[in-house]
Amino acid sequence: MDLHAIRQEFPILHQEVNGHPLVYLDSSATSQKPRSVIEAVDSYYRQDNSNVHRGVHTLGTRATENYEGAREKVRKFINADSTKQVIFTRGTTTAINTVAHSYGRANLSSGDEIVLTQMEHHSNIIPWQQVAKATGAELKYIPLQPDGTITLEDAAKTITANTKIVAISHVSNVLGTVNPINEVAELAHKQDAVIVVDGAQGAPHMKIDVEDLNCDFYAFSGHKMCAPTGIGVLYGRKTLLENMEPFEFGGEMIDFVNLYDSTWKELPWKFEGGTPIIAGAIGLGAAIDFLNEVGMDNITKHEQKIVSYAMEKFQALDGITIFGPQERAGLITFNLDDVHPHDTATVLDAEGIAVRAGHHCAQPLMRWLEVTATARASFYLYNTEEDVDRLVEGLLKTKEYFGDVF
Amino acid sequence: MSFNNLDTLYRQVIMDHYKSPRNKGSLEGDVLTVDMNNPTCGDRIQLQMQVENGIVKDAKFDGEGCSISMASASMMTQAIKGKEITDAIKLSKHFSDMMLGEEIDTEGLDFGDMEALQGVAKFPARIKCATLPWKAMEKGVNDEN
Repeated sequence: MDLHAIRQEFPILHQEVNGHPLVYLDSSATSQKPRSVIEAVDSYYRQDNSNVHRGVHTLGTRATENYEGAREKVRKFINADSTKQVIFTRGTTTAINTVAHSYGRANLSSGDEIVLTQMEHHSNIIPWQQVAKATGAELKYIPLQPDGTITLEDAAKTITANTKIVAISHVSNVLGTVNPINEVAELAHKQDAVIVVDGAQGAPHMKIDVEDLNCDFYAFSGHKMCAPTGIGVLYGRKTLLENMEPFEFGGEMIDFVNLYDSTWKELPWKFEGGTPIIAGAIGLGAAIDFLNEVGMDNITKHEQKIVSYAMEKFQALDGITIFGPQERAGLITFNLDDVHPHDTATVLDAEGIAVRAGHHCAQPLMRWLEVTATARASFYLYNTEEDVDRLVEGLLKTKEYFGDVF
Repeated sequence: MSFNNLDTLYRQVIMDHYKSPRNKGSLEGDVLTVDMNNPTCGDRIQLQMQVENGIVKDAKFDGEGCSISMASASMMTQAIKGKEITDAIKLSKHFSDMMLGEEIDTEGLDFGDMEALQGVAKFPARIKCATLPWKAMEKGVNDEN
């Protein structure tokens, strides 16, 4: 993998921020976009823009072919059986809400249980809280080990005969923990429960095979994997999707409309009410082409190299707390002693270094960590060891700057 | 932006309030209590005010947050203590104008150390940190009326 060549593909990286070359370490929030993705969206609007699935005219056909072509690229990317199982959504949040609404509310009742973990992002907690409130089902959490991982023993104890849904992140956006999806899926299936995987931090960084993972639903966002914002994917098992009612009703998703009743299109379109995010889907297709060209395994390997290097450097620093397990995905969440993460992020920003500071949409996890906020550096295929060096230098400056205070 | 620019944000007097907050703690008895948080970052503040005859007799705060939010809370409690509620609200208005980078006329009201927070206006991401305690104060006063 030619890092220099890859970086050349990302125009945004080649700029100065506050007088310093930009170091972008916030890809877990959103990734940067390569030239090919920007151009795919641009070219769609310049040459092919039209609504899909209805125009008889040439542009309509082109737009439809490109939109459905992107669906096929996603199918291959996650190794789904059929494009019927690939539903375009606005992002991970909409994908999970679709399952919560169309599967959860329809199938759960009082006495049933929904099992989550304590490391979930708000988008994989709140939809289930709402299902629990609406149906009388109960929420249960698989507890965390001190290092921020779960054990299969705890998972097996928490998932019972009453469990109907297990909702779990593939990779924690805070801890970097990679969850054993396959094994948890087996536990869920043993109890006739379905497993919903929040893949927002998984799909961008590793090869995803939904068959291997044995998951029933897998949700992810385009914008964290080099595609535009506003496009995401819900993968689902065909039999489950077929038996689910649509989440949004209106144009594009209907078969036959009467005055008092209507019928729906077949999969996947029955879940895509309204004019879809056509340019976003085409951008996602281009992003998948780009990622495939680099190779997902190469991307994982590269991120592992960068995060190991960063962990080594971080662990050599005094007065820093690192959250999460030693073995982790490509991100490090941390706090400098006596410096609030906002202040850390502001000083780093003055050095041209972009990190995230806050609760990372995981307030329950923050409480478990006994902090109100943390800083996070997250890595992607375009980050370098020099980026890590700049970050460490920035952290030393932060400590120096705030050191006078205490 | 260099460290010199950072100094416009983190003025010495701000760091002093952060390090040694004034009026930190809680009040006893019949007091107004307001809890407020900044949902985008997790900062939280509890503000307590003892109001008698339309005058803020005492004010204390507790909470967790960055240097800017905590220093701002410390400065605010100093500034509103002993003031009439109407003046406290005027100060709040002035403060939010200052955060918008507008010229302010304090009309003879004592702005105290708060002027040190002027530099925050140049850091848009941090304005919400500085205004959190003021929002808590306004909420408390409005709920009371």
